[in-house]
Amino acid sequence: MARKLLIQNDQVPGINTLEVYRAQGGYRSVEKALKTMVPDQVTEEVKKSGLRGRGGAGFPTGMKWSFLAKPEGVPRYLVCNADESEPGTFKDRYLMEKIPHALIEGMITASYALGARTSYIYIRGEYFYVARILENAIKEAYEAGWLGRNILGTDFSHDCYVQVGAGAYICGEETALLESLEGKRGNPRIKPPFPAVAGLWGCPTVVNNVETIAAVCPIVNMGGDEYAKIGVGKSTGTKLISASGHINKPGVYEIELGLPVEEFIYSDAYCGGIRNGKSLKAVVAGGSSVPILPAHLILKTAAGEPRLMSYESLSDGGFQTGTMLGSGGFIVMDEDTSIVKNLFTFTRFYHHESCGQCSPCREGTGWMEKVLKKFLNGTAQESDVDLLWDIQRKIEGKTICPLGEAAAWPVAAAIRHFKEEFLEVARSKKFVDISHYERLNKQYAS
Amino acid sequence: MKVTIDGKEIDVPKGTTILQAARMIGAEVAPPAMCYYSKLKSSGGYCRTCIVKVTKGSTANPTPMPKPVASCRTEVMDGMVVENFTSPEIVEARKGIVEFLLINHPLDCPVCDQAGECKLQDLGYEHGLAESRYEFERREFDMIDIGDKVKLHMNRCILCYRCVKVADQLTDGRVHGVINRGDASEISTYIEQVIDNEFSGNVIDVCPVGALTDKTFRFKQRVWFTKPVDAHRNCPTCSGKVRLWIKGEDVLRVTARKDQWDEVEEFICNACRYDHKKKSDWEIEGPSPVNRHSVISQNQYAHLNQQKLEQLKHQSALGFMKIDKKP
Ligand SMILES: Cc1cc2nc3c(=O)[nH]c(=O)nc-3n(C[C@H](O)[C@H](O)[C@H](O)COP(=O)(O)O)c2cc1C
Ligand code: SF4
Ligand code: SF4
Ligand code: FES
Repeated sequence: MARKLLIQNDQVPGINTLEVYRAQGGYRSVEKALKTMVPDQVTEEVKKSGLRGRGGAGFPTGMKWSFLAKPEGVPRYLVCNADESEPGTFKDRYLMEKIPHALIEGMITASYALGARTSYIYIRGEYFYVARILENAIKEAYEAGWLGRNILGTDFSHDCYVQVGAGAYICGEETALLESLEGKRGNPRIKPPFPAVAGLWGCPTVVNNVETIAAVCPIVNMGGDEYAKIGVGKSTGTKLISASGHINKPGVYEIELGLPVEEFIYSDAYCGGIRNGKSLKAVVAGGSSVPILPAHLILKTAAGEPRLMSYESLSDGGFQTGTMLGSGGFIVMDEDTSIVKNLFTFTRFYHHESCGQCSPCREGTGWMEKVLKKFLNGTAQESDVDLLWDIQRKIEGKTICPLGEAAAWPVAAAIRHFKEEFLEVARSKKFVDISHYERLNKQYAS
Repeated sequence: MKVTIDGKEIDVPKGTTILQAARMIGAEVAPPAMCYYSKLKSSGGYCRTCIVKVTKGSTANPTPMPKPVASCRTEVMDGMVVENFTSPEIVEARKGIVEFLLINHPLDCPVCDQAGECKLQDLGYEHGLAESRYEFERREFDMIDIGDKVKLHMNRCILCYRCVKVADQLTDGRVHGVINRGDASEISTYIEQVIDNEFSGNVIDVCPVGALTDKTFRFKQRVWFTKPVDAHRNCPTCSGKVRLWIKGEDVLRVTARKDQWDEVEEFICNACRYDHKKKSDWEIEGPSPVNRHSVISQNQYAHLNQQKLEQLKHQSALGFMKIDKKP
């Protein structure tokens, strides 16, 4: 049986309460850190663990923490990114909803390491009910003395707040998140400076994903070296995967990194195979912004090696034949799926979510959506495929924040691997019913 | 710090941006800039027309930068090597940016007050593609009056945020300048709050396009039929150093003076801009320096009539224009 470190107790009744969570061994990492370690030792363990950011970019967490500027007399902040808006990703919600104290515990331990007196959990507006769950958990933690002044009788005091966003994907980009947290319009900042130097209210700030912060608890408990033994190569530890699409068992799975993709899709311990006995057509492995891969490339690399659920293996072959682990939003598509329609859905999303600050993303995302709609209307020309390719190329790498790339990559990958399908749709002049989207559009507009 | 841009080297102080260094070298290497404004803090970074390629980061760390960077927001490092017009990749990418800026632009130059002094016209002309590949309806907003002196024609806006920064930095009590998101973003009517402020009229001067225009001048005259002269008066509020746009004996418009990069030299107050429209209000210094290539200058030599000009400018740069909308 594969090891689980984050959601092993998700089925224990009452695990959302402090009492049960504590009885299951919760808050041990706070005890261990505050009583037996100095803050830098905690950071050291996180470095040794090889933990990489679970929010999408996979940046080594220990290294990020050690970049935090520590000028005298200036407060430092830890901010938890719970904006989780990448289509296909819902693991943070699962964790927070089921085991809210796992995040609160991580917030306290991580804040101790960073010397943060105050921390914030920025959660997307649509998760308002999860925010309530977190607020309850925080209240319990204050009452039991895990938060507040002189925690466990030590010098360490800490306050943790939940801030609900208004529901914008872009506020998951860390600097837009900070702007929003400061009460401003959620526009990404132009970097440098990076948050580690000038983040929240101009003070040094670490922004980490929910899962990253929760993973700090087992790392402190078991020690970084022990954690690093799980996984493969530089992909250490366990990872939550949000599995969705045409599979028998959609849901959130905790896997040991390095699990073969084939096993993940077909084993009954995970997705349980493609539903209705259909065959696999394609997978978007890490949330909507990572490149889509056709069945043969997601199961095996171009070199014929089995593809593994790890940062390195999924990106093997670069964008030509590989993809990314991203946020772990694993979307499976069966043989009946229209790649064109799927791409339209994704592109429509990025168009809707662009903040509009920089011209390539503001104008380009809408343009791509309109061109894609022609394919669904039956009015596309074959040359529109080249046009789409050119528009995405002119967005990529020329924007303020990575949303530009997030919008461009899916278009590029869909055309790279499924060009023939686009051409066929253009030639057939068939109308694809998207009244569903039209209704949604109206709903958004109202 | 030594930096080389398109093969030309210059020594600049620490903290200089690539764009500023390029401007010090000269117009032949300076990237076009639609949103950056040296007189406004934290401007730039939005339009992406000023992107350049950094082929060598610095002497200490020569690694090239992986993506094109906004030259207006990137500081030079010692030994940095930058390619602008000499990089085919940048020239191509910039064409893309210009195309993006134009796809939703109404291209109503013939009826736009800014024609002739519009940065987007110049940009399209100098760096754009000959033809648009955009075949969809352009986005439309209602025109609004922001106060009795300024007209906001949102269809023409390129969201450079300059007016927002003016409102932020020159006037008090402004909350937000942009509402909505993505391509539905709009310069917001919150700006109305600054209308009573003595410096609000400067939003007109910083606007690179015809989105914010002076209602007291609208449709009075094509700019290239007016003659700019520099003038001053003793003003209790601002420097009183302005540019008058004159036709015959009439002062049709008062603006701030602009430099070689089309940026105002000193912001002026609303009293100078709107309330002093007689020649006798002013001490005239002499004709304003005008860029030789500009339409305004060409008219001073009186070769081109309006028709020819519009044909020349619009058909080559923006020849795909359809005029079915009145402003
Ligand atoms: C458009 C955009 C949306 C993002 N959304 C999220 C998000 O919802 N949650 C998240 O953790 N990171 C998101 N990120 C990544 C964050 O910017 C940041 O890298 C991350 O929170 C860092 O945490 P980590 O190092 O723990 O992964 C987003 C990035 C971009 C560009
Ligand atoms: S890339 Fe898009 S979302 Fe990011 S800053 Fe630019 S317009 Fe905003
Ligand atoms: S109205 Fe003019 S100055 Fe303001 S953002 Fe638009 S283009 Fe820029
Ligand atoms: S001038 Fe640099 S991005 Fe606009």
